[in-house]
Amino acid sequence: MPEKPSRFRDPTKQSMLLTALYIAQEQYGYLSEEALKRTAARLGLTLNEVYSTASFYTMFRTEPVGKYLLQVCEGLSCFLAGGAETLVDYISRKLNIRPGQTTPDGLFTLQVVQCLASCGTSPTLKVNDELYEDMTPDKVDRLLDQLAGR
Amino acid sequence: MPFERILLRNVDVPNSEKISTYLERGGYQALRKALQEYTPEKLIEIVKASKLRGRGGAGFPAGLKWGFMPKGDVTKYVCVNTDEGEPGTFKDRLLVERDPHQVIEGTIIAAYAVGAHRAFVYIRGEFFMGVKRWIKAIADACDHGFLGKNILGSGFDLDLSVHRGAGAYICGEETAMLNSLEGKRGEPRLKPPFPAQVGLYGQPTLVHNVETLANVPHIILRGPEWYTSIGTEQSTGPKLFCVSGHVKRRGNYELPLGTPLREIIFAHAGGMRDDKPLKAVIPGGASTPVLTKEYLDITMDFESLAKAGSMLGTGAIIVLDESTCMVDVARRLTKFFAHESCGRCTPCRVGTQKLLEILNRIEFGHGQEGDVDLLLSLCEGIAGRTFCPMGDAAVNPTLSTIKHFRDEYEYHIKHKRCLVA
Repeated sequence: MPEKPSRFRDPTKQSMLLTALYIAQEQYGYLSEEALKRTAARLGLTLNEVYSTASFYTMFRTEPVGKYLLQVCEGLSCFLAGGAETLVDYISRKLNIRPGQTTPDGLFTLQVVQCLASCGTSPTLKVNDELYEDMTPDKVDRLLDQLAGR
Repeated sequence: MPFERILLRNVDVPNSEKISTYLERGGYQALRKALQEYTPEKLIEIVKASKLRGRGGAGFPAGLKWGFMPKGDVTKYVCVNTDEGEPGTFKDRLLVERDPHQVIEGTIIAAYAVGAHRAFVYIRGEFFMGVKRWIKAIADACDHGFLGKNILGSGFDLDLSVHRGAGAYICGEETAMLNSLEGKRGEPRLKPPFPAQVGLYGQPTLVHNVETLANVPHIILRGPEWYTSIGTEQSTGPKLFCVSGHVKRRGNYELPLGTPLREIIFAHAGGMRDDKPLKAVIPGGASTPVLTKEYLDITMDFESLAKAGSMLGTGAIIVLDESTCMVDVARRLTKFFAHESCGRCTPCRVGTQKLLEILNRIEFGHGQEGDVDLLLSLCEGIAGRTFCPMGDAAVNPTLSTIKHFRDEYEYHIKHKRCLVA
């Protein structure tokens, strides 16, 4: 049996920062000041270094979002294929929130994003880390009802 | 005769992501052959002879890149770039999610050829399924002795691990990706020095796009003569073309480089949706200049597209029919670049915002006389004046739509509405 490589042995601790921020974000729901401070302490970095990196990437959030983050791609290809803007409107009306807002029960946040690399199967809806392709209002209804536990 | 699928030969097989499937279908034989029959020098020669060119957009010869890596006992790295985010592009996601072992095999061969013992896969943050599948695939490859110490008894060691990006288009630029791998902001570095001299952690680093590495096992198994028999003189091998927009069948099509654009759109993608006439094509992803319908018979290879004033880019073909407002196309693409500008240099950070502002007002009927010239002068202030190629990319939608469809801009400004939509 060959010796297994140690998968987390990067030449610098800072290399683990993106991974650490994902973990912190999952634990805290978003990157609060406390989450950032703890990440910094664990990796031996300054809060400045951690915030500098965290604030660069769109998938790191320094504000809370709903339990389910709904993202619809509005890239050019999705627009041309049709249905992406209708999907945003449909979800907006259904949940009574505008893009960028969270439902009062804290369950859903709606965001419009740029390119999810699924131009061949749009309209596309990403719910947290899961991607749902070729979405229709019907499918959205079923998915959201299921998520809301209705 | 339909083209035999090479890179996509496994993707539609059930459980294509599993190592057992890959092995059943002849996987890891190229690695065995590379380690047992060839020296690293010979492998570099083979890849040079195949004329394989980078599939991430720039089309740089892969063999040359391998040859640039210093010889001898220095710490070197190999990085696999899976930060696919160019609007219109969805090929790498397919390879990463559905056939990870093909890319892993190519990566191990590349690492052996350049003498690297540590490799990293940088996967776009949004590709969560890809991340999960790669972690599993790497563990399985280790268990089978394809990774780790003394691979297949050759004495060659290689560790490979996954790094998940976190949402930044610019990290597709190789030096920005290296910064991101180091846990920093994904801002590009000044080149030169190129990564082959000073890359990850300051060490020589070979950076390749996923699709480029996916070609490597096939070249080793079937030889460079076979490989160069596919495609054109300067653009060899198969290419994944992602077709989206106003076509009947959107999707990934694997075809030889040099396939006519007309054939891709009308034979493979089923022709125009609702049979409307074609107006324009963006041939290689959001950052490549628009081509008009007069170019429909162009062959899709690096040299023909360069000659036509555009680029092969990632091979992401966005098809536009006659009902498309070209000002709106430029506006939507510019919105993407404005959003993704990393902010490091002023021409790109401020310039893309200003472009978007003007495009918005033209599109929504508030355009002013002289706006087109203002756009052109802004583009001149951005292109070639930024740290990385993103500045050049960001002006292409505006410049190329003005070049071919200036009348639509003028109509918008004069009549406060659209000529076509």
